Amino acid sequence: MKILVCISKSPDTTSKIAFTDGNTKFDENGVQYIVNPYDEWYALVRALELKEANGGTVTTITVGTAADDSVIRKALAIGADDAVRIDAEPTDAYFTAMQIAEHAKAGGYDLVLAGKETINYNGSQVGGMIAEAMDLPFISLASKMDVNGSTVTLETEILGGVQILEADMPLVISCAKGMAEQRIPNMRGIMAARTKPLNVVAPAAIEALTSYESYTLPEAKSACKMIDPENMDELVALLHNEAKVI
Amino acid sequence: MATLVYINSRNGLAKNSLEAVTYAKKLGSDVMVVTAGNADEAMLATLGEYGASKVMVDRSVATDDSQQLTRLITTAAEAVGADTIIFSHDFVAKAVAPRLSVRLKAGLISGAIDLPSGDSVKVNVFSGKAFGNVKISAGKKIISLLPNSIQPEGGGSACSVEDFNGNVGDSRIKLLETKKPEGEIPLPEAELVVSAGRGLKGPENWGMVEDLATVLGAATACSRPVADIGWRPHHEHVGQTGVAIRPNLYIAAGISGAIQHLAGVNGSKVIVVINTDGEAPFFKAADYGILGDAFEVLPRLTEAVKKFKASN
Ligand SMILES: Cc1cc2nc3c(=O)[nH]c(=O)nc-3n(C[C@H](O)[C@H](O)[C@H](O)COP(=O)(O)OP(=O)(O)OC[C@H]3O[C@@H](n4cnc5c(N)ncnc54)[C@H](O)[C@@H]3O)c2cc1C
Ligand SMILES: Nc1ncnc2c1ncn2[C@@H]1O[C@H](COP(=O)(O)O)[C@@H](O)[C@H]1O
Repeated sequence: MKILVCISKSPDTTSKIAFTDGNTKFDENGVQYIVNPYDEWYALVRALELKEANGGTVTTITVGTAADDSVIRKALAIGADDAVRIDAEPTDAYFTAMQIAEHAKAGGYDLVLAGKETINYNGSQVGGMIAEAMDLPFISLASKMDVNGSTVTLETEILGGVQILEADMPLVISCAKGMAEQRIPNMRGIMAARTKPLNVVAPAAIEALTSYESYTLPEAKSACKMIDPENMDELVALLHNEAKVI
Repeated sequence: MATLVYINSRNGLAKNSLEAVTYAKKLGSDVMVVTAGNADEAMLATLGEYGASKVMVDRSVATDDSQQLTRLITTAAEAVGADTIIFSHDFVAKAVAPRLSVRLKAGLISGAIDLPSGDSVKVNVFSGKAFGNVKISAGKKIISLLPNSIQPEGGGSACSVEDFNGNVGDSRIKLLETKKPEGEIPLPEAELVVSAGRGLKGPENWGMVEDLATVLGAATACSRPVADIGWRPHHEHVGQTGVAIRPNLYIAAGISGAIQHLAGVNGSKVIVVINTDGEAPFFKAADYGILGDAFEVLPRLTEAVKKFKASN
């Protein structure tokens, strides 16, 4: 079984969010990048488990510049066999997905896995776009995945519940919580990752369809109103009369 | 040019569908709706009250397969000459809108929280810690609207409902089973949410959280460690790695308010925090704070809500 896992970077979840250049650029000063949690904890780890059970290979793919190599090495340290980096700034989801699809079409992958969303742009776009570009079924927000021969059984999140679905490979899947447990890379993995292949390829000619014009930060909340813990009637009155939410 | 709205009507008409039609109406063009559910004609006709001039329904589509729905919406967009397509940003839109973007070569803005201003649309980025203004350079546009971002505005009259053949083809995905807990309010849709964290000490203490939720008509939620230890089901976990919600009221008891937790709830209109530690970071994000023991405050609040409901 050949599995391709889409790996993106995201700022560490505790990063301070700020902008520069007249609020048009994310301020990377002091920001630590990590593997996007959905890509790492869920997509990559489940791919490795499937490989361990059924044999095959796990390749990661990233659209990004050389600055992303450390994040890619982390994915290799967790256990991926090799990595592909498409050498371009991922300008929007469409650009990113079309680059990945272009590579994946020729790769003969049985499964293409993406995360549910990147935690910086929260678009939830790239996985579905890859599926359409490859004319493959897409199963989104999967929280469980099992493979039996050429058939994949998945559990996915729907409004207020879950669905159990089945489809034949090849497939594109976006992965959410539940898929797998986090794996911490060990020293051997980290050493091995240094010599695993990281293939840098030139991007295809594709134009982005969207762009971020500017950013704003939310207004600071006015000070919290403290209520006497003995007096919940007051809170209820405030929620009704002042906040108008009940 | 027309604006086409895709509505998920498999379980009747949810509020987020009315929001999407209202949003489309405010864009100014003629609004058409396409849907694949089994909602009856009279119910679909009420979308006219929110601004739709016609509803097209393909009853042959049995599941939410993104390939079939993408074909349906493409056929409908061609039939009505739509250059803008609106979704509500729910689990169906998250699978279908990206496909449609590639098929139509239309720019996609997902998670919009406001009407366009100039030629850009405001979205949540960095898990609600900031907003971005996104511009579409392509001729066709798709906007997926975050639920609870605008209020539905009725007042119009019912519209026509037509059977429509979307040429959806076969599905390559088999739906084996749907599991939904009975009688619970789905968290992403809930307007009121009562949530609790590790401060509650153990699953046996959740009765008081559920009691408050019941008297309010609220959904229940929890912090990540609580779901990870197995005190509560995973679908209740809110935050950066769980569900992101935007209710009108979020009550958090025994939750410290870590930045990853706030990421999933900072879109809430009003936040109430109950915590024994005055230094808990959650108080900085709260509108109303109660410095006290959740084991005493929650039952007291439940009684106060009961009293209020009885006299109103
Ligand atoms: C990459 C990453 C992603 C994450 N994603 C999420 C996420 O999506 N959602 C999430 O929630 N967390 C997430 N976390 C974890 C997060 O950092 C916190 O650890 C977590 O939110 C803490 O949960 P808690 O507030 O329930 O527990 P604690 O931090 O243990 O806080 C318990 C609180 O209860 C209070 N308390 C104790 N007793 C009482 C009492 N009797 N009455 C009232 N208050 C009391 C305490 O003062 C304390 O403030 C993530 C972490 C990482 C690293
Ligand atoms: N630059 C990128 N390179 C590789 N994969 C990506 C990139 N950006 C996003 N993805 C994948 O697509 C998923 C969804 O991203 P998004 O649509 O941006 O929310 C992520 O979880 C990744 O798996």
